[in-house]
Amino acid sequence: MARRATGARKIVVTAIAWGVGLAIFFPILWTILTSFKTEAEAIASPPSFLAFEWTLENYVEVNSRSDYFLHFMNSVIISLGSTLLGLLIAIPAAWSMAFVPAKRTKDILMWMLSTKMLPPVGVLVPIYLMFRDFGLLDTRIGLIVVLTLINLPIIVWMLFTYFKEIPGEILEAARMDGASLWDEVVHVLTPMAVPGIASTLLLNIILAWNEAFWTLNLTAAKAAPLTAFIASYSSPEGLFYAKLSAASTLAIAPILILGWFSQKQLVRGLTFGAVK
Amino acid sequence: MGRITLSKVTKTFGDVEVIPPLDLKIEDGEFVVFVGPSGCGKSTLLRLIAGLEDVTSGEIEIDGTPATDLPPARRGLAMVFQSYALYPHMSVRKNIAFPLKMAKMDPAEQERRVLAAAKTLNLTDYLDRRPAQLSGGQRQRVAIGRAIVREPEAFLFDEPLSNLDAALRVNMRLEISELHQSLKTTMIYVTHDQVEAMTMADKIVVLRAGHIEQVGSPLELYRSPANLFVAGFIGSPKMNFITGAEAAKHGAHTIGIRPEHLAIAQEGGSWQGRVGVAEHLGSDTFLHVHVDGQDPLTVRVPGEAGYRHGDTVSLTPNLEHLHRFDDKGLALR
Repeated sequence: MARRATGARKIVVTAIAWGVGLAIFFPILWTILTSFKTEAEAIASPPSFLAFEWTLENYVEVNSRSDYFLHFMNSVIISLGSTLLGLLIAIPAAWSMAFVPAKRTKDILMWMLSTKMLPPVGVLVPIYLMFRDFGLLDTRIGLIVVLTLINLPIIVWMLFTYFKEIPGEILEAARMDGASLWDEVVHVLTPMAVPGIASTLLLNIILAWNEAFWTLNLTAAKAAPLTAFIASYSSPEGLFYAKLSAASTLAIAPILILGWFSQKQLVRGLTFGAVK
Repeated sequence: MGRITLSKVTKTFGDVEVIPPLDLKIEDGEFVVFVGPSGCGKSTLLRLIAGLEDVTSGEIEIDGTPATDLPPARRGLAMVFQSYALYPHMSVRKNIAFPLKMAKMDPAEQERRVLAAAKTLNLTDYLDRRPAQLSGGQRQRVAIGRAIVREPEAFLFDEPLSNLDAALRVNMRLEISELHQSLKTTMIYVTHDQVEAMTMADKIVVLRAGHIEQVGSPLELYRSPANLFVAGFIGSPKMNFITGAEAAKHGAHTIGIRPEHLAIAQEGGSWQGRVGVAEHLGSDTFLHVHVDGQDPLTVRVPGEAGYRHGDTVSLTPNLEHLHRFDDKGLALR
C-alpha cells in the first residue's frame, strides 16, 4: 500500500526537519552571535541569546591585528588551485575507468578510496620532511599539491560515478556518426557530464577550503589560509572567544554563501546514483 | 554501394571465442537479418562490421576496400541502437544533424536534409523537442532519421524494436521495410525474434554460438532447414520433433513436422492422442496433443477447431512436408 501524505504527517515531518536543521546550524549561529558580543559577554553565564550589546569591535580588532585579505586570497588560491589540478588529473582517469574498464579497475578504485582511511598524522612526518627538503613549507604551491593528493580519490570516485551513468551506446553512436575522439568529448561527453563536473568542483572547493590539518601543519605566515587565521586566535595569549568567533565568521562566510547558492548542485552531486 | 564481405573473421574476448572463423557475403541493397538466441554472437558480429569492436583475425571489406582497420566513422555505415542512443542534451533537429555537422557539411544543406528526413519519418512537428519529451516510437524514428541523413553505404540495426510495445513494434517493422523499399540501401538487422526475421529479410543468417547455421531466404529456411536447430528456430509455433521407432520408419534419427502440416481427425490417422491445452487465436487454433511415448505435438488448425480438452484425436503428417534428420541433427535430403 502506498503511503499517503496526510496533513498531520506533513506537519510532523516538517517540524522534525526544521529541528534537525536548526540543531546542525546552531553552532554556526552561535559563533556568528558571539562575534558581535564583547569578550565579557561572550563568556557570561548564563549566556544571553540576542539581548546583549551588539558591537563590531571584534571585527575591527581582528582586521587590525591580522591581514584577513591575505589569508582569504590564500584560501581562494589553494582551494581553487587544488580543485582544478585535481579535475585535470581526475577527468581522464575517471573517463578511462568508466568507459575502458580493465580487470582491476574496481580494485584500483577501492584502493584509492582506502587511502582516505589512513590517519593523515601517520604521514605527517615524511611529508613534512619532504616539504622541508624541497623548500615547499609555507608555500601555496605546496599546499595545492598536498590538497590535490588528499582529495583526488574523492574527485575520481565522484566523476567515475557520473560518467558511469552515461550510456556507452551514446558514445558509440557518436563514433558511428563520424565524431573523432575530440568531437566525442567536446560535443557529447562534456555537455552530458557538466552537472557532475560542476558538483564535484563545488564539493572539492568546500573540502579544500575547510581542510585544517595540512594547512595548519605546513604553513606559517605567507601561505596560511583562513584556517590558520582562525587558529591564530586560540593562542598564545589565551582564548578570546569573541575575537575567535569574529575570525571564524569571516572565514566561513564566503564558503557558506557559495554553499547556499549551489545547494541544488551539491545535493544532486552527493546523492547521485544512490537511487535509480 | 553497400557490398560487405567478411572473410575468416574471428573474435575472442579473453579466452572465450565468441565468433569462430566466419565467412559471409552481403550483396548491395540486400536486407539481411542476423537471427539467433541471445548470446549467439549476432550483436558482436554487427559490432565487428560497424568497427565498434576489433576483429581478432580475418578481413572485412566494404565495397571492395579493406575496412578491417578503419575506425567506425570512416566505414560509411550508420547504426541504430536498441536503446536509441540519442543525445539527450540536443534537440531532435540537432540529433539528426549531428552526423552532418561532423562531416562539416554546409549548414543550408544540413537543414535541407534534416527537414527531408523529418518529413519521411513524420517528425516535422517535433524538431525542437528534446529526446526526453518523445515517446519510444518517436525516439526510434529520430534514431533512424540520424542514420538516413548521412546516406550511408549500409544501415546497421541492433535489435531496434526490442524496447517498443507489441503494437508499435509491428508498425515500426513495416516502416523499416518501407524505408528499405524506397532507399534500396543495404540493411543489416539483428534480432532474436524470428517473426521479425521472416517478415523483413531478403536473406536470413541463423547464428548459434558464433557459427552460421544456415543462410537463405525466409522461405528457404522455412521449407528446407539445414539442421534441427534451424528447423526448431524458424517457424511459429515451433516444429514438432519425433524420435525413436516412428522416425526410424522414415529412415531417420529424428523427423520434424510443422504444426500446420499435421492433419487432425477424430480417428483413422497415424498417431492417436489426447487434446491438452487448446489456444484459440480466432484465426487459428493451436492444439497441444499428447501422444504416448512422445513430447506433446502442436497442431495448427485454421479458424475455430471444435476440439476440447480431453478429446481423443488422430493426427496424420503431410509426408510432402516431413523433415528428416540424421543422428547429428543434419537434414537428410
